[in-house]
Amino acid sequence: MVADAPNGNDITRTGFDPGAEWFAALHEEPNGIDSLTLQTHTSETAAVAEICGGFDNDPHRMLDILRQVQERYCWISPQAMRVIADLTGLTPIAVEGVASFYSFLSLSLRGRVTIRLCDDIIDRFSGLGAITEAFETGLGIKVGGTSANGAFSLEFTPCIGLCDQAPAAMVGDVVLTALTPQKASRIAEALKAGQSPEDLVSQRFGDLSPHERAERMVENNIRHAGAVLLGPVAADAGLRNGLDLSPPQIIDTVEASGLRGCGGAGFTTGRKWRMAATEQAERRFVICNADEGEPGTFKDRVLLTERPHLLIEGMTIAARAVGASQGIVYLRGEYVYLRDHIEAVLADRRARGLLGKAILGADGFDFDIRLQMGAGAYICGEEGALISSCEGLPGEPKTRPPYPVTRGYLGFPTVVNNAETFCHAARILDRGARWFSAMGCQGSHGTKLFSVSGDCLNPGIYELPYGQTVQELLEMAGAEDAAAVLVGGPSGTMIGRDTFHRRLCFDDLATGGAVVVFSHRRNILEIVEYYMSFFVHESCGYCTPCRVGNVFLQKAIGKFRDGKANPGDIDYLRDLSSTIIETSRCGLGMTSPNPILSTLENFPLVYSAMVKPTRDRIRDTFDIQSAIDGARKLARRRSHIFDRDFTE
Amino acid sequence: MTAFRFTIDGVEIDAREGQTIMEAADEAGIYIPRLCDHEGLRHQGSCRVCTVKAGGRSVSACTQPAAAGQEVENETPHLGKLRRDLVEMLFHEGNHLCPICEASGNCELQAMAYRLDMTAPTKFPYLEPCRALDASHPDIALDRNRCISCGRCIRASQDVDGKGVFGYVGRGIHRHVGLSAEDLAGTDAKLADFAISPEVCPVGCIIRKRVGFATPIGEREFDKGLIGHEIEERRHE
Ligand SMILES: Cc1cc2nc3c(=O)[nH]c(=O)nc-3n(C[C@H](O)[C@H](O)[C@H](O)COP(=O)(O)O)c2cc1C
Ligand code: SF4
Ligand code: FES
Repeated sequence: MVADAPNGNDITRTGFDPGAEWFAALHEEPNGIDSLTLQTHTSETAAVAEICGGFDNDPHRMLDILRQVQERYCWISPQAMRVIADLTGLTPIAVEGVASFYSFLSLSLRGRVTIRLCDDIIDRFSGLGAITEAFETGLGIKVGGTSANGAFSLEFTPCIGLCDQAPAAMVGDVVLTALTPQKASRIAEALKAGQSPEDLVSQRFGDLSPHERAERMVENNIRHAGAVLLGPVAADAGLRNGLDLSPPQIIDTVEASGLRGCGGAGFTTGRKWRMAATEQAERRFVICNADEGEPGTFKDRVLLTERPHLLIEGMTIAARAVGASQGIVYLRGEYVYLRDHIEAVLADRRARGLLGKAILGADGFDFDIRLQMGAGAYICGEEGALISSCEGLPGEPKTRPPYPVTRGYLGFPTVVNNAETFCHAARILDRGARWFSAMGCQGSHGTKLFSVSGDCLNPGIYELPYGQTVQELLEMAGAEDAAAVLVGGPSGTMIGRDTFHRRLCFDDLATGGAVVVFSHRRNILEIVEYYMSFFVHESCGYCTPCRVGNVFLQKAIGKFRDGKANPGDIDYLRDLSSTIIETSRCGLGMTSPNPILSTLENFPLVYSAMVKPTRDRIRDTFDIQSAIDGARKLARRRSHIFDRDFTE
Repeated sequence: MTAFRFTIDGVEIDAREGQTIMEAADEAGIYIPRLCDHEGLRHQGSCRVCTVKAGGRSVSACTQPAAAGQEVENETPHLGKLRRDLVEMLFHEGNHLCPICEASGNCELQAMAYRLDMTAPTKFPYLEPCRALDASHPDIALDRNRCISCGRCIRASQDVDGKGVFGYVGRGIHRHVGLSAEDLAGTDAKLADFAISPEVCPVGCIIRKRVGFATPIGEREFDKGLIGHEIEERRHE
């Protein structure tokens, strides 16, 4: 447990909003700091209790509770954790376990506005360095810091799903894209002058509809609309057709279409639905995975912006198919700028009888959806971790078996599908299984959204039938000098020019949709090192190989980068990677060595060029200075032998 | 409950519906190495030392349900190598200086290293954490530099003692066992808790004060036999 910060002489750390309440407290209690602290405590306790009450003190809503406390007090104080624990019936350490898991929750006081610079490799290659400097200078704080008056915090955060308009940043709950150092300075100035993050988007932010706000902040960059998702779509035609079908018939249709999950693993959707439907249970759930955390992926962002009705329609159809009455859309914390938009769509559908009791007048067809915000954790895209997160737990994957279709959310059969998968399903119900399966290729039917970013002229979304070659996609995207392409994000495969003829489909290059292009100017090892640091940052830490092994891989790549690797280190990389892959508990650890393995395979020279044989079996990597540094600190003096400047 | 049979390294053993591979193996007197699993505690499946091949797939034996007719591999050179890597990772993640550790000879991590023939020089870098000792409690000390994050104390305190003294906090390499108060003295931990009993912490992280070295080195649990020998003896009975 962190130290209980509020004490008499450190009033800046009392952890409540030094806004209106601060002054109210001051005026009510003019007798000095102690009573002020007491007052703060009481008012924080009452406010936290009210937040908990808003969620019926339900421990399963822990993430929502903590998000609100964070928003209000800019941290989760030990005091707040005790109150929450009391009211939800958990131990304080269990609450801290959740609060300390998510990047967007903080156990120390943060600024009232947090600026999160997207630190993806694409942003780094697009000038993140200069932009960081501009923010640091403008705000007078370093990355990781909080300004003295408690106004701002500045942080790095992994891919926020805006690679097609990098460099990008979250400022509070809004996002700003295509940043330049000049723009960054202006933003910092405006914020310092008291403008709200929303003002930065538009002075009339409040008058805009949620959809207009999203469009104002983020370009869709739809470069190629296909027949299924991004072309014209008839509103709720699939759902209406679904009403005329029995649940098993809906499942048959989806299965016959050949639709496979678009989140990466490619499980046959119809089969998944059937498994959930046939499991004996009192309740069932449908969850939409809109966590979209794989670096380089941003297609769900576009669907959520432009096809939210289709997405909810697909979930509603799934609910009818499996007999679920409740659903959840899990929206990653980074997409908080889309929250009001999705809430508005849900409200609109409720008002029109497309959600709620007796949908479209069909007796007994009851289904409603709640939106669950994430809070900065890539692992929550893994379906078990996503369910844990919805249950108010740290985002740790669940032991499998049982699988979610048997025992998922709250222990009930649960269908978890990617946002794109639900959209496809709705269109299949509208246009028929045959129409869908005629597109694409053997084993990979229909179309797929590809998120293309990096070194190309036209980054954005391409909806294409499965089976196109990488080369074809690169040509469309204007990526003439592509030297390396990362298909499927860091957990996918990095290929080189000689294999651009490979096909984008499940039987060749399977992908959740990320296609990241790197030109010959980029340093492959820098890219690999970045992605390993991403996995180290995002590992949940539950199992040994992923928690510890990825740190070792990252360090080993660092050795290559520093020119300190031995020939044996190439085998070491392979060997360690295979242990991690084989023993990890979930898909994160099972794929995290892929950036290394696929570049070892496809760019072997990059590694061998950096290798130096050891001289006389003396390890070049041994560095006496860093080896004795710990001892120096402990002894609080310099070394008699190794520090030339040493004097008694 | 339906009974069925499956094989481990070619030996047929009995199992019942609902048993994990490890539970069935234990009953049959076949030892599968483990660190985070402990009799009487909920299965966690986090250390991965119990990795076996079941029907060709690598799974954790402590969580994987046994299945009729399945062929399980346990003691193969390949699995031995994976397990050695995992144990080595745990050694390198913390600070494990056996010669000066009170737990030496009773330590499951050390014993596992012996059992798995971790005799060659290790290859991983040392992460050398620097975690503060907690000697606040009158009867118990904590040295989390030796913690291997098995979570046995967490489950013991929560599920058996009904207390919740310990819990995981943080994520990734920063994930560690935290306390429900500022220090151990501030919690309701008692020497009599199951979580504090010698069998729960597999290493020298939870230390009972004033009993250190009562049993001399050389006469300790794993000085008498390899870890797992009690289970393997069942097979010969
Ligand atoms: C580390 C990790 C991250 C994942 N992230 C996502 C994600 O952001 N979105 C997603 O739809 N699936 C993600 N998945 C896959 C999900 O576990 C799951 O397979 C998917 O949501 C199922 O939906 P689908 O069958 O429609 O693809 C991830 C898997 C892993 C292992
Ligand atoms: S593989 Fe990584 S992310 Fe998955 S459970 Fe293990 S530590 Fe967590
Ligand atoms: S004993 Fe099975 S994972 Fe630890």
